[in-house]
Amino acid sequence: MTDQTFPPAKPDVVVIGAGWAGSIMAKELTEAGLNVTMLERGHDHSTAVEGTYPGSIDELRGAVRKRLFQKLARTSLTIRNRPDQTALPYRQLAAFLPGEGVGGAGLHWSGCHFRVTEDDLRLRSATIERYGQKFIPKDMHLQDYGISYGELEPFFDKAEKVFGTSGEASSVQGQKTGRGNVFALDRSSHFPLPPMADTFSASVFRQAAREAGFHPYSMPAANASQPYTNPYGCQMGPCNFCGYCSGYACYLYSKASPNVNILPALRQDKRFRLITQAQVLEILLDDTRKRATGVRYIDLKTDSEQVIEADLVILSAFQLHNVHLMLTSGIGKPYDPVSQSGTIGRNFTYQTITSSRVWLPENRCTNQFVGAGGAGVAIDDFNQPGFDRGRAGFIGGSPVWVNQAGLKPIAAAQGSGGKGSPRWGGAYKAAMIDQYRHSFSIDAHGSNMAYRDVYLDLDPTWRNAYGQPMLRMTFTWKDNDIRMNQYVVRQIGDIAQAMGATRTSLNSLLPGQLFDSRIYQTTHLSGGVILGSNPKTSALNRYLQSWDVPNLFVIGSSAFPQGMGYNPTGLVAALAYWSAYHIRQTYLRNPGPMVHA
Amino acid sequence: MGGAASLSSIPLLSHAARADEKDGKQQPAPPDDDPAHYRPVFFSVEEYLFLCHACERIFPQDENGPGAQALGVPRFIDRQMTTPYGRGDLWYMKAPFVNGPPELGYQLPYSPQDLYRGAITPINTHCLMLHDAVFAALSPQWQDEVLHALEDNRLHLNDIPGAAFFEQLRTNTLEGAFSDPAYGGNHNMAGWKMMDFPGARADFMDWINQNGARYPLGPVGMPPKPDPYSASFQNEEG
Ligand SMILES: Cc1cc2nc3c(=O)[nH]c(=O)nc-3n(C[C@H](O)[C@H](O)[C@H](O)COP(=O)(O)OP(=O)(O)OC[C@H]3O[C@@H](n4cnc5c(N)ncnc54)[C@H](O)[C@@H]3O)c2cc1C
Ligand code: SF4
Repeated sequence: MTDQTFPPAKPDVVVIGAGWAGSIMAKELTEAGLNVTMLERGHDHSTAVEGTYPGSIDELRGAVRKRLFQKLARTSLTIRNRPDQTALPYRQLAAFLPGEGVGGAGLHWSGCHFRVTEDDLRLRSATIERYGQKFIPKDMHLQDYGISYGELEPFFDKAEKVFGTSGEASSVQGQKTGRGNVFALDRSSHFPLPPMADTFSASVFRQAAREAGFHPYSMPAANASQPYTNPYGCQMGPCNFCGYCSGYACYLYSKASPNVNILPALRQDKRFRLITQAQVLEILLDDTRKRATGVRYIDLKTDSEQVIEADLVILSAFQLHNVHLMLTSGIGKPYDPVSQSGTIGRNFTYQTITSSRVWLPENRCTNQFVGAGGAGVAIDDFNQPGFDRGRAGFIGGSPVWVNQAGLKPIAAAQGSGGKGSPRWGGAYKAAMIDQYRHSFSIDAHGSNMAYRDVYLDLDPTWRNAYGQPMLRMTFTWKDNDIRMNQYVVRQIGDIAQAMGATRTSLNSLLPGQLFDSRIYQTTHLSGGVILGSNPKTSALNRYLQSWDVPNLFVIGSSAFPQGMGYNPTGLVAALAYWSAYHIRQTYLRNPGPMVHA
Repeated sequence: MGGAASLSSIPLLSHAARADEKDGKQQPAPPDDDPAHYRPVFFSVEEYLFLCHACERIFPQDENGPGAQALGVPRFIDRQMTTPYGRGDLWYMKAPFVNGPPELGYQLPYSPQDLYRGAITPINTHCLMLHDAVFAALSPQWQDEVLHALEDNRLHLNDIPGAAFFEQLRTNTLEGAFSDPAYGGNHNMAGWKMMDFPGARADFMDWINQNGARYPLGPVGMPPKPDPYSASFQNEEG
């Protein structure tokens, strides 16, 4: 049943947000026999409507006017680089693009579907073991997850089977395959689908990277390389590299999305109810403030306020909105960078990414319009645990890849010129056309560490359309991450040379460079409601259960203690399945804190 | 040259006429119609004339292909003005509006409509004071001078920083050159042709990797779809 205007009878569970995290939790908890109501602020979305050809094959409507993204007119956030500045509203979508509507950003993401490196889950311990405590810069909040890869592996595996992920394993149950990413951790089974094909650019990169002594592999992609039916009975068709991928709903049912891979099964379940255009304003607590009783939301169809009660609340509204709802609901203590106390908003991180560009000879056409969001060739030589950070002088890591997702002409034209070259006029036009035809980009997709003065809190001035204070982001690039980016981008130069590039434009962060909210980075925001083993430095325990309100679980990249080199959604999904498993195994039998602080 | 541009030398103007703003009725020509025959709906004749010339300097006709005018970019921009985007409805536009460092992004209280409406007349006034002619009547070299002054933020148009207007103009010009012809620009898909972009083909199963060969097929436009300026297409999410 969908789109009930009025609150239904009290469900067991209310799930806030209908993206990957919410859909996974709703599926798992209905399977456990619970009645689940999922509230989504946006409209219903389905491939049959938003994804149809030709309406979805339209760059202006899709990635330029951003029809599937958050409606900033109603709610946004404010941004500043330093705590002593006045944060100003993010008035136009640019640096990051949160989703809105059923499927969340999972409807229009790209599909790069990673697990983690061994160190990612225990970065603090691993850093101290390898380089000593002194190697951690002052004011860097380095933390472990408190979950091991071995514990999470079954859930990574499950997520890949649900997503229909294409990839090449290098080690399965201890057996080396001689292919794939030599640095990848062992897996319990192969990827459900064989790897995506290499675009021309990716094949050039693969060969050059190998010649330069690195270890190229096919990126794991939640784009189907073959027809596939997932464990929920949901079907995917093969991806044809249409190139309208990142920022678009896939018209071929080839890109994994909650809409294609989970919701078709969930929507048939009588225990499941989806209420769209339901903007949640607050998680309600009882007088003890240790128990959530439900949520308060605005039904945007009738413009009326509603309350829905439930025994269990799942907050899965995306990283930024998870933090916002914790703050507006007064759950946990807001982080204060001066006293370094409080946890909500602490360890807010991002992704340190720059794109460089190489040009091939004029008889080589890179056909950049061909592409799939998750397909490409990567190297992990600067992301793997064994890479010597002691000499390089930074904590974290950065894969390097050619991920040709389909570059379309408006984006190509907007992105051409600058950095000393003309941005308009005849010379610009000639260079722009040449760049489109004969070049391609290579990304350094790095981690981002957590720092004392990088955090989220509520803005004192600007409000959303519902009268609530908006979230305030205090964020900029820090020396450690800039050093990492510079180091890795230098290596891209060697690879470019090995491929016979006629021209190379390396792009790295400069010392002191400020975060610029006008330039697209990624939407890989994380932290702010992190998990951990100490309630003083984390908001959630290792099961993503709130330390303060045990019948509240907060699912999403908001749980990551720091940003990693990989894209986040593989880990978001694995953590959701992990949390759901423990809710089903332990919490439902004995509701209460699953870890005693 | 007198204060009024030598209008007859500009082919567009002989056809352009301002639609009555009050009844605001749009009479959209078929998308593949000659852009030179377009009558602006949002812009005045003077504004539209400016637009035709400014866009053309940003994206000029040359040996690589047609420029903004022949591509219908001014028509595209005019039609975009009456969409939710043009009205600023896609942006967070709540006060207060406070100036800040550029990294923190656009902070003006102006929608795209406001930027064009607010900037074009002051630019023409500036041109008249300096060169005794409106922008459209200046030589291409002088037009470029003015555009550079805007881009480098050396000109302010009352409350509108030149750079803010310039970025709006550049952005919309490139959108108009390369968006689906149904939106009014990219006339005859000539923008796509000069890029070697195949448009809405969206199927490259056989062309994932052809070892650097040039893609052999020309562009296709979007097959018939709802009028992209219809209310339902522009604002379907309400
Ligand atoms: C263009 C793009 C490309 C990306 N590519 C990749 C990639 O290749 N690989 C990768 O790993 N990740 C990628 N990502 C990131 C990925 O999309 C996210 O990590 C993932 O979607 C997060 O899932 P989620 O369920 O936590 O949040 P979302 O998918 O954002 O879902 C949250 C939902 O909650 C709703 N919501 C928010 N607030 C409220 C409220 N108050 N009341 C009710 N509902 C609310 C939202 O409308 C939304 O639908 C990409 C993102 C973008 C934008
Ligand atoms: S590139 Fe493939 S997965 Fe992406 S939208 Fe096109 S068909 Fe779908």
